[in-house]
Amino acid sequence: MTDKYIIGEIQTPVGNIPQVSTKLNIEDYLGTVMVRWSINRDNYKVKPGLYAVGNPTALSDVFVTANYKLSFDHLRKNLADLNAWLLILDTRGINVWCAAGKGTFGSQELINRIRLTKLDAVISHRRIILPQLGAVGISAYQVKKATESVHTGSAIINPSQLQTSKLSFSPESLKTNRGFNVVYGPVRAKDIKEFVNNGYKATKEMRKVTFNFTDRIKLIPVDLVYSRYRLLLAFALIFILSGLSRTGLSFHLAYEKGLYGLLNLFLAYVSGIVITPALLPYIPVKSFAFKGFITGIILSTVLLSFNKLGSSYPEMLSWFLLISGISSFLAMNFTGSSTYTSLSGVKKEMKVAVPIQIAFSIIGLILFVVGKLK
Amino acid sequence: MRAFVYLKDVVTLRMDEEKCNGCGMCMKVCPHEVFELSGGKSHIVDRDSCMECGACALNCPKQAIFVKSGVGCAAGILNGIIRNTEPTCDCSKNGGGCC
Ligand code: SF4
Ligand code: SF4
Repeated sequence: MTDKYIIGEIQTPVGNIPQVSTKLNIEDYLGTVMVRWSINRDNYKVKPGLYAVGNPTALSDVFVTANYKLSFDHLRKNLADLNAWLLILDTRGINVWCAAGKGTFGSQELINRIRLTKLDAVISHRRIILPQLGAVGISAYQVKKATESVHTGSAIINPSQLQTSKLSFSPESLKTNRGFNVVYGPVRAKDIKEFVNNGYKATKEMRKVTFNFTDRIKLIPVDLVYSRYRLLLAFALIFILSGLSRTGLSFHLAYEKGLYGLLNLFLAYVSGIVITPALLPYIPVKSFAFKGFITGIILSTVLLSFNKLGSSYPEMLSWFLLISGISSFLAMNFTGSSTYTSLSGVKKEMKVAVPIQIAFSIIGLILFVVGKLK
Repeated sequence: MRAFVYLKDVVTLRMDEEKCNGCGMCMKVCPHEVFELSGGKSHIVDRDSCMECGACALNCPKQAIFVKSGVGCAAGILNGIIRNTEPTCDCSKNGGGCC
């Protein structure tokens, strides 16, 4: 391995464990920016397994995270000056929360990873610290139960692993047979030091998921990139339709009339993907689709007041419907990025919103064509 | 502080206080302060803040909590409808939250 974050090795009873830096270098930061803009994000993984920061001993803490490079970077950065072990689970390069929701950051993977890394021979205590959000996929009491039987050849372990790992168990751990205690740490890695100094207790604030302005703004680039194909498709459609007239389809007309249509469309996107998320708590309704709808209406009204919404009544009305419908749909999709919407709630709002969004788009498009053919 | 509260009275979270032994695990894992301990038992004190993540139910050693967990994500639900499965996010966006 030539990964730049590996800076040495730590000797343990089970062999040498790679030691990683707690300082991020320029490459790590560059990678973060690229991932935010979804460039090359598929290859942003860390090899699962055990790592060391500082010079940990058998008494040092173990912190668990996903093998998504950003999760890994974030954790090691926040462990500066500590001596600790990092247990990296194989979540196929997906962050803790998302992977926990899918079950890849789950009890089974944790149990297997403990066995594969022979963690019980590396440390003498039995406490492993997980990010709190990992609790969505991991059951602390089940992990404890399953790891209690680690040496007795319980059902889950495969015999060949048991054979090889048995050799390197320290005699002490063979005697005790204690299961691993999962301790849920703070939600955010930056609170880890305080959590440790606090005697492994998280304050209420550390336990709470927030969704402040910066959190929301950070997600906007991903949303923009994610919806770029749909936007291009919509651009193409409006451009072609702009070329319509009673005499047929003309590229010249499309070029002449289409540009402001593209601008309106782009603004509808900005309304749903940028403005609504940024102003989320200030739009006084709870449903996301409704929030996006309101932003879309306001935007259309502003455009209308500048006389930019269209050149005929049907066209103006069509843009009203299209902009608010698109804005509503995109804002509704932001539920997936938010940290407080429930499945039942989103289902409920979709039942009302999706039919309206579809109706607005269809009627909007028909009016647009009518306006052209008039 | 409840700056972000979603729709009222929609979540599936239920608690069987009979079974609860007051271990406090649900409070530790819940990211939205839904539970409070009093009289040696846990109680749901802020149901509308629940995001149905399922962490409490999964970590309750007494199986005292029920919640139909899933992703509160419109794109995930649409995915589920198209593929005729449970709602799943494709995770290609992998932002700070889910999906
Ligand atoms: S985790 Fe279960 S048993 Fe423990 S306090 Fe909560 S409800 Fe009660
Ligand atoms: S499902 Fe999640 S948000 Fe809801 S009460 Fe349980 S832990 Fe809290």
